[in-house]
Amino acid sequence: MKYLASIGSYAIMVKEVFKKPTKWSIMKSLILKEIDELIYGSLGILVFISFFIGGVVAIQTALNITSELIPKNLVGFATRQSIILEFAPTFCSIIMAGKVGSYITSSIGTMRVTEQIDALEVMGVNALNYLIFPKIVALMLYPFIIAIAMYVGIFGGWVAGVFGGFSTSADFIEGIQLDFIPFHITYSFLKTIVFAFVLATIPSYHGFYMKGGALEVGKASTTSFVWTSVVIIIINYILTQLLLG
Amino acid sequence: MIKVDNIHKSFDGTHILKGVETLFEKGKTNLIIGQSGSGKTVFLKCLLGLFIPEEGSISYDGKIYKNLTLEERRDLRQEMGMVFQGSALFDSMTVSGNVMFPLEMFTKQSKSEMQDRVDTVLKRVNLIDAHHKYPSEISGGMQKRVAIARAIVMNPKYLFCDEPNSGLDPRTSIIIDNLIKEITEEYDITTVINTHDMNSVMQIGEKIVFLKNGLKEWEGSKLEIFKTDNKAVTDFVYSSDLFKKVRQMYIEEKN
Repeated sequence: MKYLASIGSYAIMVKEVFKKPTKWSIMKSLILKEIDELIYGSLGILVFISFFIGGVVAIQTALNITSELIPKNLVGFATRQSIILEFAPTFCSIIMAGKVGSYITSSIGTMRVTEQIDALEVMGVNALNYLIFPKIVALMLYPFIIAIAMYVGIFGGWVAGVFGGFSTSADFIEGIQLDFIPFHITYSFLKTIVFAFVLATIPSYHGFYMKGGALEVGKASTTSFVWTSVVIIIINYILTQLLLG
Repeated sequence: MIKVDNIHKSFDGTHILKGVETLFEKGKTNLIIGQSGSGKTVFLKCLLGLFIPEEGSISYDGKIYKNLTLEERRDLRQEMGMVFQGSALFDSMTVSGNVMFPLEMFTKQSKSEMQDRVDTVLKRVNLIDAHHKYPSEISGGMQKRVAIARAIVMNPKYLFCDEPNSGLDPRTSIIIDNLIKEITEEYDITTVINTHDMNSVMQIGEKIVFLKNGLKEWEGSKLEIFKTDNKAVTDFVYSSDLFKKVRQMYIEEKN
């Protein structure tokens, strides 16, 4: 019953976010600030993780090919498929739930605790639109960093495969071009856009409606990370079944 | 002028306000006092329109809040200024940015017009030198003054203050009290202050409403509070020895 009530208030919150918009001149600067914080600020960690995960996928695949009958280009093929289909959109989104999600929950939660949200409401500002809408717009650029993560992940696989002596450059490149299905990219970016919306709204919900003090801000951040991850995993399953199943 | 007519408010079956009625006059500093749990904060939030009473009504210069459309309520909100207990300044903005915020949100003034208005109100609260500082870089008393500046920047008709002296030393408290009183008179606004501070009651209480268990137990001025025989009021206001002696001296002087 409690979960149903939460889903209901989350849906009402999402509806309110799009009502009574803030003046464009103010909203514009808020959106740019959020792009800097949420997108540009996450680029480094995603590039770093993608490079090494791509490398690990290549090494693991190569080490598990024991039969001479399996072509050597499988290392590149498996790296490409793993990175594009799952690692970049889903795994990166779980990382973002920790990094961006907890930032969103704690920043909005702190505003709640220190009555800054009450101050906005007393002034007649739609606090939901003012605080959450810029985050949703900023995170619509999330597919761009996922595209970079895909590229860097495959590059990491190539570096680990070639310089680690697990594959030749020619085999690896042949593998990443083998049986390429362009719809996989569409599928991946569709997932990413849905995850971006989840990443912006679920942590905001946990921050906006939190009650209590500083300790509860910390608890809300943890809860928000857990629920954002759970929702991402469930949506990932549903979208995969719908789009590829 | 704010007229409160028999308002009731409950939460989860708990009856918090049980029929409060009073009148807050224009150009006066009106104080709400009472023990913790007496319903002061709920009452103030009802006055701000953040809570809607289940019964009764609140009218602002004749406009009954519950009868207003959403648009009219929004317009009325822009005639209200609020000073929160913890100041509630936006951490990411400078002092100047905080004060300018309502102007940016709700007016079509040019940047220079807004800056002039911000400078005027910051001068009024003696903070013109701190305009470039962030809230974390100024003292609690200065934060309260910034909050007052932000509350009056739109020329409000109604000013609400929730525990404006909380966390301040006695000298700064007096400065804040006097500032609120001066601004109330200068701008001819209806000011309602929620307070625990008995110094404020004695200093600026032109009208005092004492709440007890969600009901108005007593109302009167700071002079009348010396004379009252209401036990609940005297127990609350004169709970310290100092105030007991002050009252005793007042009574002896009158006799």
